Amino acid sequence: MAELTYRQAVAAALAQEMARDDRVVVLGEDVASGGVFKTTSGLCERFGPDRVWNTPISEQAIAGAAMGAAMAGLRPVAEIMFADFYATCWDHVANEIAKVRYMTGGQVSMPLVLRGANGSGGLGFGSQHGQSLENWAMCVPGLKIVSPAGPAEAFGLLAAAIRDDDPVLVFEHKAMYGRREEVPEGEHVLPLGQARTARVGGDVTLVGLSITAGICLAAADELAAQGIAADVLDLRTLVPLDATAVLASIRRTGRLVVVEENPGQLGWGAAIAALAAEEAFSDLAAPVARVSGGNVPLPVAASLEAEVDVSAARVVAAARAVLNHT
Amino acid sequence: MDVPDGLELYTRMCFLRYFEERVDTLYRQGLIHGPAHLGLGQEAIAVGAASVLRPGDCSLGTYRGHAHALARGAPPDAVLAELLGREGGICAGKGGSMHITSIEHGYYGSYAIVGAHLPIACGLAWAAKIRLTEAVTVCFFGDGTTNIGAFHEAVNLAAVWRLPVVFVCENNWYMEYTPIADVIPVALPAADRAAAYGLDRVVVDGNDVTAVRRVIGDAVTAARRGQGPSLVEAQTYRLKGHSAADGGAYRPAEEVARWRERDPLLHARAALTAAGADEAALDEIDSSTKSDVAELARQVLDRPAPEPSGAWADVWSDGSWQWRN
Repeated sequence: MAELTYRQAVAAALAQEMARDDRVVVLGEDVASGGVFKTTSGLCERFGPDRVWNTPISEQAIAGAAMGAAMAGLRPVAEIMFADFYATCWDHVANEIAKVRYMTGGQVSMPLVLRGANGSGGLGFGSQHGQSLENWAMCVPGLKIVSPAGPAEAFGLLAAAIRDDDPVLVFEHKAMYGRREEVPEGEHVLPLGQARTARVGGDVTLVGLSITAGICLAAADELAAQGIAADVLDLRTLVPLDATAVLASIRRTGRLVVVEENPGQLGWGAAIAALAAEEAFSDLAAPVARVSGGNVPLPVAASLEAEVDVSAARVVAAARAVLNHT
Repeated sequence: MDVPDGLELYTRMCFLRYFEERVDTLYRQGLIHGPAHLGLGQEAIAVGAASVLRPGDCSLGTYRGHAHALARGAPPDAVLAELLGREGGICAGKGGSMHITSIEHGYYGSYAIVGAHLPIACGLAWAAKIRLTEAVTVCFFGDGTTNIGAFHEAVNLAAVWRLPVVFVCENNWYMEYTPIADVIPVALPAADRAAAYGLDRVVVDGNDVTAVRRVIGDAVTAARRGQGPSLVEAQTYRLKGHSAADGGAYRPAEEVARWRERDPLLHARAALTAAGADEAALDEIDSSTKSDVAELARQVLDRPAPEPSGAWADVWSDGSWQWRN
């Protein structure tokens, strides 16, 4: 086992896949010099400038070039520096990359990865650099969505995304780039579409993703101190969604709290709540509770940000309310 | 003009002309499901460019893409079946007129979001550069595209990375219903923007198939030799409206009449007869092509609709559509 930070895990996964498959190429702003978040450190030095390409600040050119290269048989990994910037290339992501296989009757595959920094995490990045944006992609058939909750997942899920023959958006959480964790030695790949049971408990199910998986675990510690055993599920990927794991946990606990960092209005948590209502209604002993970011653009001042960001305390309160439902 | 060679180009242009006229008729009969944007009048660009491309080269077009797909060799029955929503459509009924694609023939798709395919063309050319193949990518788009961000991002990237790509602006002087002159601050939409990207100002008569072939041929050769991208403005005119639903009434009658005299087929006929080709042989090409297309339409109209279950195929590479277990 080696201890890596989340950012080192991203770079290590890229290196692992570039060494394994010479069709894997990296492009994006500043990537040849390691990138602003140092997630591509060392790649250009190791694999050379033919494999690691700096681009202009041109997200449409980045996403579009990745798509064209994928059509030609390469397996490009494009960095979109902040997930918020998907807004500038959303045509390529949602209209082209997601649909080209379908619209051409299966004439092409789209083995590419778009990855970059996502989320708030209380860093003060504000409304245009701090959003959690998995939801934008989740309403578009044809996109796979990965959100790693720690270094080992960042490594293994990115490797799997690169090996996948479909387009995958990897949302790395910028507030976790410095977090350290043991990562298995040797080749490390985690399957897409398999949630991780982060903690086993029989009283209430807490479902999280990316940074909220850790928030759920912190809440579970606090709940344990109060005599409540929480089952914590880290979804890892929204598409494909491990609905089976969610439903199985609800069957054990009968109570569900879904925790998402983005605004709640039509957030992915609503899809989980609908899943519970449609397919586990008779297992539920209480209404589903959702904890989400505030339904406002993200403010910057720390006191305002804390007001709308999710926290372990809010998860604990929601879990207690669900348990107190009669 | 070399006569045998010219007759070949003329035959190909005739096919595109009569194919599109048949599509227009089928549209009016209510048999085309969805919109159809015709390339009538712009045949010389598709045929001239395709004539300099090799197997392995890539081309991409817009929603006005039937001609570009056919010019690369896409099977006409499969293209027509796609337009008519019949079995055997080239995109299995899931793309329609605006997304005709034939990867097998090097035609990497028709794109319905203006400008979207220019960055994609960069990616195809980038892959060729990385792999050291000699493949060249040619990307066709309209004059209106020169006002969208993706155009500028793509041409800039191609120039900075010295990609083997040829951007061909089919300037038909109208962005949808609006004269292009009303929405650009320069005289020529593509040619007058080239200098901003360090590219030469290249203009060609897009209704003269031999001129198109020469100019795009030079650009393709330069790209193949590693000399980087080109931006070519091919000036042309669409003989019909923006789409088959548009009568094009916003265009002055005398302007339409003037361009009708410069019809690329008439242009080629004149050049061929001047070079000694037999008028009767040209007439025979016209009439046999027309009847071939009519017969093609009859055959495709006899086909059944695609099986409804096909709507669920081809979302993911394993053929499935499910987003959850």
